[in-house]
Amino acid sequence: MSAVPGRFRGFAARLSGRSRSARPPRTGALLDGDPLVLGPDDSHRVILYLEEVTVSFDGFKALDALTLYIESGELRCIIGPNGAGKTTLMDVITGKTRPDQGSAWFGQTIDLLAHTEPEIAQAGIGRKFQKPTVFERHSVRENLELSMAADRSVWRGLFARLSPAECERLDEVMEVIGLTERRDAPAGALSHGQKQWLEIGMLLMQNPRLLLVDEPVAGMTPQETERTAELLTALAGRHSIVVVEHDMDFVRSIARRVTVLHEGRVLAEGPIEQVQADPRVIEVYLGE
Amino acid sequence: MGVPEMAPQAAADSRLAVPAGGGRVAGLFDRPTQVVLPLLAAALVLVPLLNLAVPASSVLHVSSYTVGLLGKYATYALLALAVDLVWGYCGILTLGHAAFFALGGYAIGMYLMREIGGRGVYGNSSLPDFMVFLNWKALPWYWHGFEHFWLAAAMVMLAPAALALVFGWLAFRSRVTGVYLSIMTQALTYALMLVFFRNETGFGGNNGFTDFKDILGFDLQASTTRVALFAAAVIALALGYLACRLVVTSRTGRVIQAVRDAESRARFIGYRVESYKLWVFVFSAVLAGIAGALYVPQIGIINPSEFSPVNSIEIVIWVAVGGRGTLYGALAGALLVNYAKTYLTEALPEVWLYALGALFVLTTLFLPRGVAGLLSRGHRAVTGADPAGSPR
Repeated sequence: MSAVPGRFRGFAARLSGRSRSARPPRTGALLDGDPLVLGPDDSHRVILYLEEVTVSFDGFKALDALTLYIESGELRCIIGPNGAGKTTLMDVITGKTRPDQGSAWFGQTIDLLAHTEPEIAQAGIGRKFQKPTVFERHSVRENLELSMAADRSVWRGLFARLSPAECERLDEVMEVIGLTERRDAPAGALSHGQKQWLEIGMLLMQNPRLLLVDEPVAGMTPQETERTAELLTALAGRHSIVVVEHDMDFVRSIARRVTVLHEGRVLAEGPIEQVQADPRVIEVYLGE
Repeated sequence: MGVPEMAPQAAADSRLAVPAGGGRVAGLFDRPTQVVLPLLAAALVLVPLLNLAVPASSVLHVSSYTVGLLGKYATYALLALAVDLVWGYCGILTLGHAAFFALGGYAIGMYLMREIGGRGVYGNSSLPDFMVFLNWKALPWYWHGFEHFWLAAAMVMLAPAALALVFGWLAFRSRVTGVYLSIMTQALTYALMLVFFRNETGFGGNNGFTDFKDILGFDLQASTTRVALFAAAVIALALGYLACRLVVTSRTGRVIQAVRDAESRARFIGYRVESYKLWVFVFSAVLAGIAGALYVPQIGIINPSEFSPVNSIEIVIWVAVGGRGTLYGALAGALLVNYAKTYLTEALPEVWLYALGALFVLTTLFLPRGVAGLLSRGHRAVTGADPAGSPR
C-alpha cells in the first residue's frame, strides 16, 4: 500500500468545497433559523464543550464532573484504561445517554442535551462504533447511500433517485476508503479492516463537522493501521475528530493533543510527549 | 488507484449482491417478479375463461367452487405480502395482522348488510336483521353512510390504517420491540375479538354478518359475479405485489431493511426509526384491510373468529414457509400452505393442526429461508447466480 499523502487532502478539499452548496435542505420539521439547521457555530474556535458532566449508573460514576473542550478542526485522541468512561463520553455526545449533571454544547448554539439522537446526527456529529457496525446485507454502495446527508423522510425516500452529483460523491468516498472494487459486495463479506473503512466512509457521507471514532484500528493489520492513520490525519482540519484508542503506537502516529481519562475524570491533557512523561499517567495507564 | 489486490474478489461478490446501479424500473422487475406477474396474468385470463366459457362436462372446466377457492387464496397471498413487509423486511414480528384483515372485512360487510335492504328475514329495509332481532329502533351513528360503496371502500383502508397508526405510534415511540411487541399485537387482536363478540358493539355479535345478497347491484351467487370477485382479488394481489416491490427497492425500503438488521445504527445515521416502522406498519395494515375486503364477499360471511389470535399466527407460518424477506416467497407460502390446508381438512381433518405445527417446526429447523431459500440455493447450484431479491 503506497502512501499518497496528497491524495486524501485533495479529496477533503473537494469534499468540503462541495459540501456547503450541495448540502440539501434538512427535514421540514425543523424551522428556518433553528441552530440544528444552521449547523454548529464554532466562531470561538471550539466545536464541542463538555462541562462538569456527571453520569452515574446505580451509584457508579462513569463520568465524574468531566470537563473537555474540542477545538474546531482538531484531531484529538482520548486514551484511558478500561472503565475510564470513554464510551460513556461518546454516548453523552451523541445523545444516547443523558447525564445527571453538567452541560454539553455543540458549538455556541446547539445544546446537545436538548436533542434526540437523530437530531444530533443531522446537526453534524457522526460516530464510528468500536465494533464495526455496517449494514451487513446491504452492499458497500447502499451502505454509503443510506449514510448520505439527504432528506430522511419516509415519503421522499420512496421516490428518491440518486442525482449525478450524489453518484459522483459516492464514487469519491468509495475511492478514498479504497472500496471501489467492492462497491456491490454485501458489507458482511468485507474483511474487518474494510468494514472499519466503510464505516468511516459512511461517516464522511454525512458531512459531519465532528467525527467520533471509537477504536478504529482494533484488530487491524499493521498495513491497515497505517492506512487508517493516513486517512484520519488527512480528514482532520476539515473535520474535528475525536479518536478513542488503546493502541499507543497508533495514537503516537496521529495525535497532536491527547486527553487521558481515568475514573470518569480528565487525568491529563496535552501534547503526546508531555502526557507520556506525566507520572500520574504512567502510573494508571502507560505503566501497565 | 483503488486496491488492485482485491480485484479477484469482486467477481465472487457479484453473485452475492444486487447491483445497486441498475435503473429504478429494472430493479422493480427482478427475476422472481418476471415470473410472478405473468403467472398472475395467466390466472386472471384462464380461470374465468375455463369457468364461464368451457362447459361443465369438460375436463378443462373450472368449477365455481374452485374459482372461489382460488380467489380466497389470492386474498390470503395479499395478506401474506402485508405481513412479510412488516416482519420479513422490517423485522417486526406481528402476531395480530388478522385484526386488520378482519377490520377490512367488517367494513365491506357493513356495506353488504345495507345492500340487503328489505330482503332480510324481517323485511326491514332500514335496519339489518340482527338489529331488528336485538330490538334496536335506529341505526347506530357509525353505520350511517355505509349504504354507499365508496364510503365502505374508504373505510376498508382507513379503519385498519387508523388502528395501526394509534397502536404503532404508541408501541414504536416507546421503543417496544421483539417478543414484547409480538405479545402486544396478539393482545390487540384478542381484545378486538372480544369487542366484536358483544352484541352491544353493533357488529352482529358472534354471528357477525352473513346472508349477503348483492354487491353494487350484482348478485353474489351469480357465477359472473364470482369470477369478477376472483379477478378483483388477483388484480389487487398483482398491484399489491408491485406496490411492495416499489417500497422494498426504494431508498425507504433499504432504510427499512437497515432498521431490521441494525436498528440503533440506523438511528445514529439520523433516520427516525419510529417513523419508518410506523409507516410500514400502517401501509401493511392497509394492504391487509384490502385483502379482508376482497375476502368477505367471496366467502359470504364475516364474524369475530376472524380476529382469533390463531389466525394471525397462521399468516406468519405462511410467510415463514415461503421465505420471509422475499415477496414471492410470502406469496408462494400463502398459496402452498392454504392448498395443503384445503386438501388436508377435507381428507384428514383431525391431522391439519398437527401438520401445520410440524410444518412450522421443520421449516424453522431446516429451511430458515423457506421455500424461497431452497429455490435460490437450487438456482445458484445450477447457474452459479443468485436470483435477485433473495435474502443473503
